[in-house]
Amino acid sequence: MATLIERVPPMRWTAGLLRRLGLHGRGLVIAVPFLWLLVFFLVPFLVVGKISVSEALIARPPYAPLLEWDGWRLNIIVNIENFRYLWTDSLYINAYFFSIQVAFVSAVIALLIGYPMAYFIARSPEPRRTFLLMMVILPFWTSFLLRVYAWQGFLRSNGVINNTLISMGIIDTPIQMLQTNFAVYLGIVYTYLPFMILPLYANLVKLEESLLEASADLGGRPMATFFYVTLPLSLPGIIGGFMLVFIPAIGEFVIPELLGGPDTLMIGRVLWNEFFSNRDWPVASAVAIAMLVAVVVPIMILRSLQARLTEEK
Amino acid sequence: MMRGGWTLPVLCVLGFVFLYAPILSLVIFSFNASQLVTVWGGFSTRWYGELMRDTQILGAAWISLQVAFFSATIAVALGTLAAFVLMRFGRFRTRALLTGMVTAPLVMPEVITGLSLLLLFVSMEQLIGWPAGRGMTTVTIAHVTFCMAFVAVVVQSRLAGMDNSLEEAAMDLGARPVRVFFDITLPVIAPALVAGWLLAFTLSLDDLVIASFVTGPGASTLPMVIFSKVRLGVSPVVNALATLIILAVAIGVAIATWHIHRRMKEARKD
Repeated sequence: MATLIERVPPMRWTAGLLRRLGLHGRGLVIAVPFLWLLVFFLVPFLVVGKISVSEALIARPPYAPLLEWDGWRLNIIVNIENFRYLWTDSLYINAYFFSIQVAFVSAVIALLIGYPMAYFIARSPEPRRTFLLMMVILPFWTSFLLRVYAWQGFLRSNGVINNTLISMGIIDTPIQMLQTNFAVYLGIVYTYLPFMILPLYANLVKLEESLLEASADLGGRPMATFFYVTLPLSLPGIIGGFMLVFIPAIGEFVIPELLGGPDTLMIGRVLWNEFFSNRDWPVASAVAIAMLVAVVVPIMILRSLQARLTEEK
Repeated sequence: MMRGGWTLPVLCVLGFVFLYAPILSLVIFSFNASQLVTVWGGFSTRWYGELMRDTQILGAAWISLQVAFFSATIAVALGTLAAFVLMRFGRFRTRALLTGMVTAPLVMPEVITGLSLLLLFVSMEQLIGWPAGRGMTTVTIAHVTFCMAFVAVVVQSRLAGMDNSLEEAAMDLGARPVRVFFDITLPVIAPALVAGWLLAFTLSLDDLVIASFVTGPGASTLPMVIFSKVRLGVSPVVNALATLIILAVAIGVAIATWHIHRRMKEARKD
């Protein structure tokens, strides 16, 4: 390989240039993923930050430039109006707190449904355990969008649930279920349930049977054993599953859009609407920056705390 | 020993009913003769025929498959490099920044990733003229960026579980680092690369939000077409498509499970 690089002049020059920049061997291997993420992950946020403080224009692209040459004067126009607007219009603050509420409640419900399932699977004998685990993983690999669509068919006023209830004579008129907040909670619990079950399973399957037997031998009733032995030991699994549901649910767009009503405003949907419906790029960018500060940064801190906690154990 | 008598199995069964009832209804109503997706009008494969003639869906599916293939392949290459660097290179100057950039996409809301990449592409086009317009290339770049984080996590956990002594022995015998990587490390972590590729492929194929931001005219992905159809109301053609996707995934998962099961049996024999 070295001979090829030495023989072809352009390759030799490139190699020489890279070496002079300190990029050879080890450095080059680090540089490839590093530069990709720098350009396509970190730099975009600087661009978002820049556009969040520019003024909206009816133009292509629809925002005013930050730097302007006016003869020999350089004008830097920083417009923090967008952020003042987010702070004063209650819609954004409400959407933020509502998103956190929905994500939190959904994660708790997913935990209540997922825990017994994970426990049962973890305690099952071998062929059945693999089969049940596969049954949990399978919906996770099928399209997320199509699973949300399936609930539309279930919940609409002439949908499966209403039709069944009417034909059984339980209700006369269909219940409004689609386009409600209830449908949003249901949709989130449904789509993220596998993310709750898998970390719980991974934790519970390692639980020593002997600990449960010891507790029973010492006179612990099943309930006491569960609350004093199983539950505390499975805490890392609970936290892991909770985070896997809570974090993506906050920024969710598809579920509130397809299952929620027009007033189910979650922060991800607000950003989407600012961008696609109002075509207001600067306000959409300001929402993104606010989300980054108010959602992503706390989550990153929480995650590093969680990682430190598990390392200590 | 199962404790708790009947409660636990019943709860588990109810959980699986909850997981599978909507999927099952999708499949059942894909064979419905009636246009109404929720009222049974007799058995028919009419919607499958219509799906096969729907050039919009088929075209979008082809675009999505291409994007997913290239994104997954590039994401595996970059994600593996990132994981290898973080697990084997010890300390280097930009380590903390790289760690942050590898893990952050995992918790980044899709709307932010999509918006930020779109604004980057627009600014880059203004500054250097590339990428000229938006389409499959920009979607692929965006998907590589968020998929490589998932690949890196999968590969990192495999590298953490790998026995270092193999690599050290090869080094002691005088093999150069590149040779050690390709002859020792790569074969050992290959299962993780396959898993990472499949995960990236699925994530890319499934993505609606990021693709909606960064794509351009003429490059609508399959989720975008499904989304626009679903928004207008139920469509039995979407049910037919869903059934085919579920079938493909079920076959894939069944083969994978069987494969793992056989390997576990062989391992026990050894």
